[in-house]
Amino acid sequence: MTAATQQSESTVGEQDVLAVAREQVLERGVGLTQDQVLQVLRLGGDRLQDLLALAHDVRMRWCGPEVEVEGIVSVKTGGCPEDCHFCSQSGLFPTPVRAAWLDIPGMVQAAKETAETGATEFCIVAAVRGPDKRLMSQVRDGINAIRESGNDINIACSLGMLTQEQVDELVEMGVHRYNHNLETARSHFPEVVTTHTWEERWETLRMVREAGMEVCCGGIVGMGETDEQRAEFAVQLAELGPHEVPMNFLVPQAGTPYEHYETIEGPDALRIVAAYRLAMPRTMLRFAGGRELTLGDLGAEQGMLGGINAIIVGNYLTNLGRPAERDLSMLEDLSMPIKALSDTL
Amino acid sequence: MDELYCVHCGRTVEQCDAAACRNARTSLEPPRFCAQCARRMTVQVTPSGWTARCSRHGETTSRSHQV
Repeated sequence: MTAATQQSESTVGEQDVLAVAREQVLERGVGLTQDQVLQVLRLGGDRLQDLLALAHDVRMRWCGPEVEVEGIVSVKTGGCPEDCHFCSQSGLFPTPVRAAWLDIPGMVQAAKETAETGATEFCIVAAVRGPDKRLMSQVRDGINAIRESGNDINIACSLGMLTQEQVDELVEMGVHRYNHNLETARSHFPEVVTTHTWEERWETLRMVREAGMEVCCGGIVGMGETDEQRAEFAVQLAELGPHEVPMNFLVPQAGTPYEHYETIEGPDALRIVAAYRLAMPRTMLRFAGGRELTLGDLGAEQGMLGGINAIIVGNYLTNLGRPAERDLSMLEDLSMPIKALSDTL
Repeated sequence: MDELYCVHCGRTVEQCDAAACRNARTSLEPPRFCAQCARRMTVQVTPSGWTARCSRHGETTSRSHQV
């Protein structure tokens, strides 16, 4: 086979996968298979705009124009016993992050700052393997104080792996959504974390779903995974069927094993966003950490026009984001309405 | 007050590798080391700011600090 023939067949294949996606995903709402996602991830740069446009059409068709806005805060920072290689909060790596607890007034203030942006979601996060009684008590007291302050924002939690008793307790507290990221493809997970398994995380997600909480589950791209593993992860998430998938892009953290990893290229990040939208046409796809570094302002806009329909505004857990006002202004410029609190109740 | 130490790596200002500590990544990080004594600080990031506490030199906030 000549090089010209190979190129020609490749081009036909690229056109085919978008044509197939238009009929399968846009018209019928059926997500791409693993092989199809891989084809999308391998599309040439000359097809990126077509891909983003299709992903945007799919988002608008199956999710609508609204964007869910969320703020997050860390209530227990650092000192984590797990060895997630991307994380500056692991106590096993020589990172500069020191352990810290956020007190109840601090939680109330963080929820207030989040609500003032127009956000409908406030996620309480802790760097732990799983919550102990002290942390569960802190979360309960924090939620009660937020409610007593008159703030009716939806409250989500991300507290690591849970027991059934803890799942039930969070439901009773009124936590409506639980975040627990699978982080990466099952086949790549042992390269990223060795202190617990992908299956342990899956078990927590199963319990969360069965208890009636919304499932929030995503991961981080740029941790040395292959395109095949990115496709694998997309269909594993689709199989889980989460309400929301937060998409993070690795920010190499000082002192972690991934400190010297390169951030992924902006076009690759956009291609992944669009591919995940085509794998999960009805799922909320959220821009999370790392977009500022990987995509910048222009790339963030392209992502919002390429399949994303939710966003974390303001700062993250240990890193800073861009000011919430800039993201809200971007949404206004894009004529994308912020999802109202009343719509989520 | 002049900063004696880099807030990102804790080295003296003279020893700090500027390329590693003044870039797009560190512009998205709160200070981690006290600029006066290089002690590692306890840092709390919130949705709209951060607070960093040195056990010797007290608290700095995003409102008072210019990186």
